[in-house]
Amino acid sequence: MRYLPHTAHDRGDMMQVIGVENVDDLFVDVPRKALLQAPVDLPMHAGEIEVERALSAMAARNVPAGSVPFFVGAGAYRHHVPAAVDHLVQRSEFLTAYTPYQPEVSQGTLQVLFEFQTQVALLTGMDVANASMYDGASACAEAVMMANRVTRRRRAVLSGGLHPHYRDVVDTQARFVDAEIIFNPADAEGLENLVDLIDDETSCVVVQNPTFFGHLRDLRDLANACHARGALLIVAVAEVVSLGAVTPPGAMGADIVVGEGQSLGNALNFGGPYLGLFAARARFVRQMPGRLCGETVDAEGRRGFVLTLSTREQHIRREKATSNICTNSGLCSLAFTIHLSLLGEEGFKHLAALNHAKACKTAAVLGGIDGVSVLNDTFFNEFTVRLAKPAATVVDELAARGIMSGVPVSRLMPDTGQDDLMLVAATETTTDEDIAALADGLRGVLR
Amino acid sequence: MSDLRFTKEHEWVRVEGSTATVGISEYAQEQLGDVVFVELPSVGADVEAGGDAAVVESVKAASEVYAPVSGKITDVNGDLEASPGLVNESAEGDGWFWKMELSDPDELGELMTPDEYKTFLEELD
Amino acid sequence: MSARSQAHSAGRQADGTEGAGIQTHSGHRGLQMEEPLIFELGSPGRKGVDYPDADTTTDRLGGLARSRAIGLPSLSEPQVVRHYVRLSQKNYAIDSGLYPLGSCTMKHNPRLNEKMARLPGFSDVHPLQPASTVQGALELIHTLAHWLIELTGLPSVAISPAAGAHGELCGMMAIRAAHEARGNPRQRILVPDSAHGTNPATAVLCGYAVDPVPSLPNGRIDLSALKAKLDDDVAAIMLTNPNTCGLFEDEIIEVAEAVHAVGAYFYCDGANFNAIVGKVRPGDLGIDIMHLNLHKTFSTPHGGGGPGSGPVVMSAELAPFAPLPYVVSGPDGFRLVETPADQSAAGWGSAFGRMRSFHGQMGMFVRALAYMMSHGADGLRQVAEDAVLNANYVLARLKDVMTPAYDGPCMHEVLFDDDFLKDTGITTLDFAKAMIDEGFHPMTVYFPLIVHGAMLTEPTESESKESLDVFIDTLRALAGDAKAGKSERFLGAPYLAPRRRLDETQAARKPRLRWTPEEPAEAAE
Repeated sequence: MRYLPHTAHDRGDMMQVIGVENVDDLFVDVPRKALLQAPVDLPMHAGEIEVERALSAMAARNVPAGSVPFFVGAGAYRHHVPAAVDHLVQRSEFLTAYTPYQPEVSQGTLQVLFEFQTQVALLTGMDVANASMYDGASACAEAVMMANRVTRRRRAVLSGGLHPHYRDVVDTQARFVDAEIIFNPADAEGLENLVDLIDDETSCVVVQNPTFFGHLRDLRDLANACHARGALLIVAVAEVVSLGAVTPPGAMGADIVVGEGQSLGNALNFGGPYLGLFAARARFVRQMPGRLCGETVDAEGRRGFVLTLSTREQHIRREKATSNICTNSGLCSLAFTIHLSLLGEEGFKHLAALNHAKACKTAAVLGGIDGVSVLNDTFFNEFTVRLAKPAATVVDELAARGIMSGVPVSRLMPDTGQDDLMLVAATETTTDEDIAALADGLRGVLR
Repeated sequence: MSDLRFTKEHEWVRVEGSTATVGISEYAQEQLGDVVFVELPSVGADVEAGGDAAVVESVKAASEVYAPVSGKITDVNGDLEASPGLVNESAEGDGWFWKMELSDPDELGELMTPDEYKTFLEELD
Repeated sequence: MSARSQAHSAGRQADGTEGAGIQTHSGHRGLQMEEPLIFELGSPGRKGVDYPDADTTTDRLGGLARSRAIGLPSLSEPQVVRHYVRLSQKNYAIDSGLYPLGSCTMKHNPRLNEKMARLPGFSDVHPLQPASTVQGALELIHTLAHWLIELTGLPSVAISPAAGAHGELCGMMAIRAAHEARGNPRQRILVPDSAHGTNPATAVLCGYAVDPVPSLPNGRIDLSALKAKLDDDVAAIMLTNPNTCGLFEDEIIEVAEAVHAVGAYFYCDGANFNAIVGKVRPGDLGIDIMHLNLHKTFSTPHGGGGPGSGPVVMSAELAPFAPLPYVVSGPDGFRLVETPADQSAAGWGSAFGRMRSFHGQMGMFVRALAYMMSHGADGLRQVAEDAVLNANYVLARLKDVMTPAYDGPCMHEVLFDDDFLKDTGITTLDFAKAMIDEGFHPMTVYFPLIVHGAMLTEPTESESKESLDVFIDTLRALAGDAKAGKSERFLGAPYLAPRRRLDETQAARKPRLRWTPEEPAEAAE
């Protein structure tokens, strides 16, 4: 077995040193009737050739996004990741280290975390950010729990423009604790008014920007309304690239910003692993979930970094911890940081502008097709169209023609009477040929 | 120092009139190591003897601080926010946590005198 | 631009004196480079990407265009590559040496797994593509589930949790939902005092009170104390097995029977499954539900703190409450059950909810399955045997100079206390830092909490006998130094790492959690 160094001779020598005759003598505490005497009913070991053949066959039964005209988004986006990113994240010293519990031999990971926290704070316009959560949806749920702690209230208001998965994860997290969630109905048109739902018992209002349906919203009035009632404004950003083109939540009065960071550095990966972003105002830092990296000095006065404010966390505070999170999305945050470092200020803004331009072009073309109407006045790189046929049918028929046209809203929000809506996303990878193919395909299936 | 009274949880209380000042003992700060943060109660809050009132944190530990006696919080030591190290430097002086109005002065009888506390600590080791 | 150039002493000796006394002009020391923050390196006008011009004649941003600068540094690709390569060189990693971090299972990460996860058919697939275009991805999840079910003897698996603690949350929510379905959620969760901190933190997130159960002097749970706490108000026990002391709970079947007798569930924290994979099936022990850390037992890389993956195997009784989504196979191939509407259409199950966006840590699933297929049923069994053998070899060769917390045999990790350091003035932390100078990552220290000055040492099956011997000989020598009063090499350690000991008190008292442009760069010394 290529991964196991011991020879039979080694094992014999080691057992002699230990003073046992058989390896099962080391399993003496296992109840005899539960100790398996033979391998379980699974295939025996296999070489690289066989494993690669079997897994490649499975991979070949999927249609990669890059092989077709591709407009699928809804919280996960296909972007171009520079080659240097994947090279660097595969450096042994990043890939095969763990949480930097021993800072003297983990300064690489720690400095990256410090850079990551800074980048997230800069992008969102917030004071501080943590070292990552699992994904945007779980970060959103953590934000609601944090708002309840900060305000000592228990009622959260969720926008109808919030991604249905984010909404469901918040709902699940709140289900068994003393928390109440008010759901505003799905808001495909981008017209909801949440102000009237805020009262003196509201802990927070959660909105997404751009919304699940793609609308951009000015959050300043909502932030003021929240603050007037002592509630926090939580803003979720499901497409982090939008922050290169759009006024950040921090500049519009957000108290906590959560997001999905997959778009930078990370492949689609069929949904995971992704990267939860979490940023907040400095005064709330001791109520934040997750790991935090901080700057300090070593015994010789040199700058160095450590994990800090750990008394918030489960390994110290146990049942009084701010969250139960331990392992986070370390390597995904590294990829994010390297990608953003390659982009830089101008590159990131350019990337955002390119995304917006491609989406504008796509919307203009689709809007000219009979049986297609674009719902959005505003959007970043994704918008909603109303189709003359059920969107799920259209998506399947176009997939059969080799076009991935978007996400039918009914897939994520069944039973809401929005079967004719489809989300369409464009990115810097979208070509004019892709747009033309989508338009032709839509004309075909809507005829 | 003789006017201090101690709990088994290593809080101290000093009473002047109907007002009590509360902190943690010299022994407690030594056990904790460098104090990095103190979470203080809200002024106006009612606390019960033995109930949670504050949290004191070192780098690797967070400990509850219990109210030695019952009453209403009247003041907290704002200096601890910028200088939590005061707890290490002067646990039984400038590193006090809060002041409170006693609701039941009889509870003081339950607490240890400095000599009793000293004996109690010796038995701990 | 404010790259810090500062002179540092080189050749510092373990006793803290200057060695050759060489001060470098650059601040670098041979292969060890000082590296500024990326924010101190940029220069406007540089870029590390080239894009075509954007057509910005139209704008649908509705007046919300970003008006202010972000503040990101701008660099070319070679600068970025060098920056992150230099940072990487400040990390210890499994690929560079033995990493005996107890309860973390720092085993070799095969590169085949990385190659497989990067096949475009897995990595470049969107979670919301039509089912007809992702049959291979769904098949992979289905296959992984089959392996996990066979290895654990539990019939169902919730695949979506993102890490171990997330798996715990999933498992405990399923338990709560099952109790609620019977009309009474109950109030308390029993958790041994040796448990990982995530266990009590998780129980609270499910609305339960934590009731600690003491451990016996032999490091196992106190069965009679447990029985005394069991009543019909207890919802579940959360028990790690092998436990955090590296010991198999020898009365585990009795624990399961007692827990079931009061109608409670047995949640097992599977963090230490590496010790028993292929040797013992948790389902045969009476365990109802357990999470598996794919990043531990099944070798998906730890990545400096994640990502992980924490699928939860569970009994048939709990399976209906598993969260959305899950994969089912039918005559038309595989499909996802994603919403309550899908579930009612299928006529089975009442999921307690959803844990995360989309379906799960697919990138980790591919790696874990590649690992499992490579080892096979026979190799996985060998993994457990070698992991246990290695830990016991460390125990056997160190027990005369260090102090094992419990009598052997241990499972895949061995726990020492600090008794052997008594009266030396050297603490567990000092001993750990001295190991850094010797080229080893320290073991897990000060956990579990029930052992004084704990040193939880998990060599894993990846270490050869030769590698273990070097490690053991070094620890023997260090233990000898400690007893001989050579305390200087401990108290000031590490001397030879990229940084000396860091001031954690300052970090916590005055938190600086980000770089800020207003502040001038710190003076060099």
